[in-house]
Amino acid sequence: MPQLGESVTEGTIHRWLVAPGDLVKRYQPIAEVITDKVNAEIPCPVAGRIISLDVPEGSTVPVGTRIATILTEEEAAHAGSAPAGPSAPAEAVAETAPAETGSAGAAVASAGAASAGTAAPGSGGTATAVIAPPPRTAGGRYSPAVVRLAQEHGVDLSRVHGTGLGGRITRKDVEAYIEAQRASASAPPAQAVAPAAAAASAPAPEPPSAPVTGVPFAAPAPAGYPVRSGPGDRVIPVDPVRRRIANKMVQSKHEAPHAWTMMRVDVTDLVRLREQVNPEFRRQHGLSLSYMPFFIKAVVESLKEYPILNSQWAGDHIVVKQEINISIAVATEEALAVPVIKNADRLSIAGLNLAVADLVARARAGKLTVDDVSGGTFTVNNTGAFGSFLSAPIINYPQAAILSFEAITKTPVVLENDAIAIRSIMNICLSLDHRILDGLVCARFLQAVKRRLESYGPGNVSLY
Amino acid sequence: MMEATTARHTALGLTGEQVVDMFYYMLLTRRLDERLWLLQRSGKIPFVISPQGQEAAQVGAAYAFRPRQDWFVPYYRDLGVNLVAGVTPREVMLSAFARGADPASGGRQMPSHWGHRRLNIVSGSSPVTTQLLHAVGIAQAARMRGDDVVVYTACGEGSSNQGDFHEALNWAGLHKLPVIFLVQNNEYAISVPLDRQVAGGSVAARGQGYGFPGIEVDGTDLLAVYEAVKAAHERARRGEGPTLIEARCIRLTSHSSDDDQRRYRTPEEIAAVRERDPLVRIRAYLREHRLLDEAGEEALERRVAAAVDDATEWAEAQPYAAPEDALRHVYKEG
Amino acid sequence: MAVMNLVEAIRETLRAEMRRDPDVWIVGEDVGKKGGVFGATLGLYDEFGPERVQDSPLAESAIGGVGIGAALYGTKPVCEIQFADFIFPAMNQIVSEAAKMRYRSNGAWSVPMVIRAPFGGGVHGGLYHSQSVEQYFTNTAGLKVVVPATPYDAKGLLTAAIRDPDPVLFFEHKGLYRAVKGEVPEEDYVIPIGRAEVKRDGTDITVISYGKTLHFCLQAADLLEKEGYSALVLDLRTLLPLDKEEIVAAARKTGKVLIVHEASKTHGIGAEVAAIIAEECLFDLDAPIQRLCGPDVPAMPYADPMEKFYMLSTEKCLAAMRQLAQF
Repeated sequence: MPQLGESVTEGTIHRWLVAPGDLVKRYQPIAEVITDKVNAEIPCPVAGRIISLDVPEGSTVPVGTRIATILTEEEAAHAGSAPAGPSAPAEAVAETAPAETGSAGAAVASAGAASAGTAAPGSGGTATAVIAPPPRTAGGRYSPAVVRLAQEHGVDLSRVHGTGLGGRITRKDVEAYIEAQRASASAPPAQAVAPAAAAASAPAPEPPSAPVTGVPFAAPAPAGYPVRSGPGDRVIPVDPVRRRIANKMVQSKHEAPHAWTMMRVDVTDLVRLREQVNPEFRRQHGLSLSYMPFFIKAVVESLKEYPILNSQWAGDHIVVKQEINISIAVATEEALAVPVIKNADRLSIAGLNLAVADLVARARAGKLTVDDVSGGTFTVNNTGAFGSFLSAPIINYPQAAILSFEAITKTPVVLENDAIAIRSIMNICLSLDHRILDGLVCARFLQAVKRRLESYGPGNVSLY
Repeated sequence: MMEATTARHTALGLTGEQVVDMFYYMLLTRRLDERLWLLQRSGKIPFVISPQGQEAAQVGAAYAFRPRQDWFVPYYRDLGVNLVAGVTPREVMLSAFARGADPASGGRQMPSHWGHRRLNIVSGSSPVTTQLLHAVGIAQAARMRGDDVVVYTACGEGSSNQGDFHEALNWAGLHKLPVIFLVQNNEYAISVPLDRQVAGGSVAARGQGYGFPGIEVDGTDLLAVYEAVKAAHERARRGEGPTLIEARCIRLTSHSSDDDQRRYRTPEEIAAVRERDPLVRIRAYLREHRLLDEAGEEALERRVAAAVDDATEWAEAQPYAAPEDALRHVYKEG
Repeated sequence: MAVMNLVEAIRETLRAEMRRDPDVWIVGEDVGKKGGVFGATLGLYDEFGPERVQDSPLAESAIGGVGIGAALYGTKPVCEIQFADFIFPAMNQIVSEAAKMRYRSNGAWSVPMVIRAPFGGGVHGGLYHSQSVEQYFTNTAGLKVVVPATPYDAKGLLTAAIRDPDPVLFFEHKGLYRAVKGEVPEEDYVIPIGRAEVKRDGTDITVISYGKTLHFCLQAADLLEKEGYSALVLDLRTLLPLDKEEIVAAARKTGKVLIVHEASKTHGIGAEVAAIIAEECLFDLDAPIQRLCGPDVPAMPYADPMEKFYMLSTEKCLAAMRQLAQF
């Protein structure tokens, strides 16, 4: 059925002017067709013999429907004998059925198809959208939406992973990041986590195993993980908090080549100091003075000496952060929270003590805000509180390093004059991003931390 | 002395008082316009465009219509038509001073862009001739409603060459609509004289081309115009269709206050044109038929002067519309 | 509820309005006995007679001007311009007169008139039977400009236009006349002029369009969904006044906007929509605002390959939408 007018989409065969078996000439009228715009006779597109009329009189069909089958003279010649049965014109159908305007139409259609796909940009052509991809720098251009969201929610964009073109951080990426932060901030209440006494405590108990009745057999594993659960196994769904932590750990380990180093620190004087001042401190402030503020003080002072440890890898450059915001790892019942003490270098020992206590309490109560958990530049981990002697922490992406303070234990040591004494010894373990840092600067940093910690004693450090 | 023949006005069914009344309107038109020129030249109003020389055509034509029943779609010179149709001198001055209470436009349009809802005077614009099609549409709609309405519309001879003129006449002629097209031919379209404006030299002749009568009258002869328009009005009411009337007028002033006709008209021509002043002509008729003597005319002049003075003073004291009103009436409010 | 195509919906609306209000009448070339060159007024002449379904002389300025006069008197003329390409002789009447009548008379006079015209290409119409003309009018305050894309919208919007106290230009894409079908309720309903509609909700990109290209965008959105991207498609429906609220909300939702129209790009409707979004939503934008439009050439050529090159299509929309989604 040809298209007989602008905007005509269907036609009705009013009357056939030929019958099967008739010989027809090219352009000979073969049918009267009615559309809602015009009534017309349609001409035959080829010369040949009518094999069949495929649409009965009176029926309405869309433009493009086959309405008749014609065997052309060429086809008839190829077929040899005079065509009679319907089997002969199989090819003719494909060739000559007036789907649109015959072969001329086919040529046009293909030409059209060839040109339809291309879209020439510039003033003369069809204007297709051509978005220039953003430059390939992680600290590159951010869209207004991304900047606004980051400002409103205190998001450090250098910590957001970009899924857009060329690694661009998209609005959705920031929204996802914020959502993840929110999920972790509303973590359930933590167990008592305040850094405990120096005495070695028992290692953290293992989580009790739950009864295993009613667990479905062989829950299907997610794609890519060849892990199947069997009868008796306990399946724990991964909640958003756990997922977030998992993703961060993977990202950190994947991107930053971790190196590790350790030093031993003699904190005998610090222990003595704390024993001396804590009772009065507690009476005055209603709060115990823990070791963490001393650790943090030593760290921030040393970071000022070696600022490269307070930096972040940004692909083609390293950003040395001006602010010293100390992330402290806080273990809660179910997961890990890492709240941040902003501008820790501006706080006194007492101030740091308060800050730590406040963050820990709020982490325990599930009341950390997005602001509380973002913006950290260096992480301090009080692994000693659980009795750890030595650990190899994973860097808190995208920071350059993480420092753990292990348990303080009374240890026999050899003094300068080869005498043996019992001293309170604590290991400090540094995991570092070897893209930014090397052994020498880290050793010097650790030396600085050690020196300061060893210098804290009764009477020679101000708490305020 | 006996009247040998019936006076022209009587034959037309007009009383002496009515002729005097028509003269009053012509005088009012002239004096108002003169005042507007004074105001313009003294910097009080920015723009004037005059009917001086066309008073007879306008008053004579308008007088044949029925104010408030018929509809008027005038052109910018039609001060006389508007006054006869019921616009007051105060309202004219409100428009001249662009005050907020101006019924034509609230001060939004230049003066002489007439309009008055209550008097069925349709708002006009500056692109000329468009109003003729509006007149045709009004007549069409009135007929659809079955209302007894005749529509007055006018333009200059320059407009008779615009496409809209021909489209309007053709449409009115096809449907035999009750429209009277009054072409006030004052011989100049700004600076372009008649012989460079109208091919064929006659606007009236164009009526025939559209299937209805085209009549030429002396536009400085009040009663001749009245007669022609009255006949056309009756024709229209009988359902016989439109009439084109070309009133041959004079233009005593420049095209407007932004024009100086001395650039394109000689002093002799201007003087000659003054001799055909329609006011002079009707005055002579009034004297001849003893309808108005000198004392009567002086009284009339005083009455007109008082009206003009009152209108000027009063209107000048009226406030402008608030500047923010410029944002209103884009679409229907409320 | 009947299923109708676009031209049927328009015809039935005209019929219903003319039955409801004796002041509504139709005038234009060939609208009477012939029923319009696209059949938009088919059968109305038989029901309402030659005065209310009036064949005009071949004079577009007159169609506009007489319509204005009739509207000034208080009737409701629905004027048809046979092809939008021929609206230009009536431009003076539309822009100088109809658009400004209420404003210039300080609210005393008004023109409750509708001017309908088929527009748009892709029907082998060549330069003078394919143009989009909406942008010539959208900068004229005092007018309203409406472009329905579906039969349902056509009835609701045309009803609103006929009842509107101000002049409304009603442009119908001729390529949609018979090609788009939909359910149209028999009962009376009005879609307010000035309201866009989210035809498809989504979260990744926002596509804003009207007329025929709206359907390309909807089809492309379905295909894009299979690729994992969700597109919000907003049908503007009214081009003057634009539904700023809805445009802003749709832009804010995703931060990525693509505006699509058949008319040429430069100074087109998309430019105004983009400016509104840039003014109101800068800090919600996650990508530069994109426009996919007709080329900046005087009009659409006749030869098939050139016409296809000019016209937008589902494929072209899909490519642009995908690119934006991936940005």
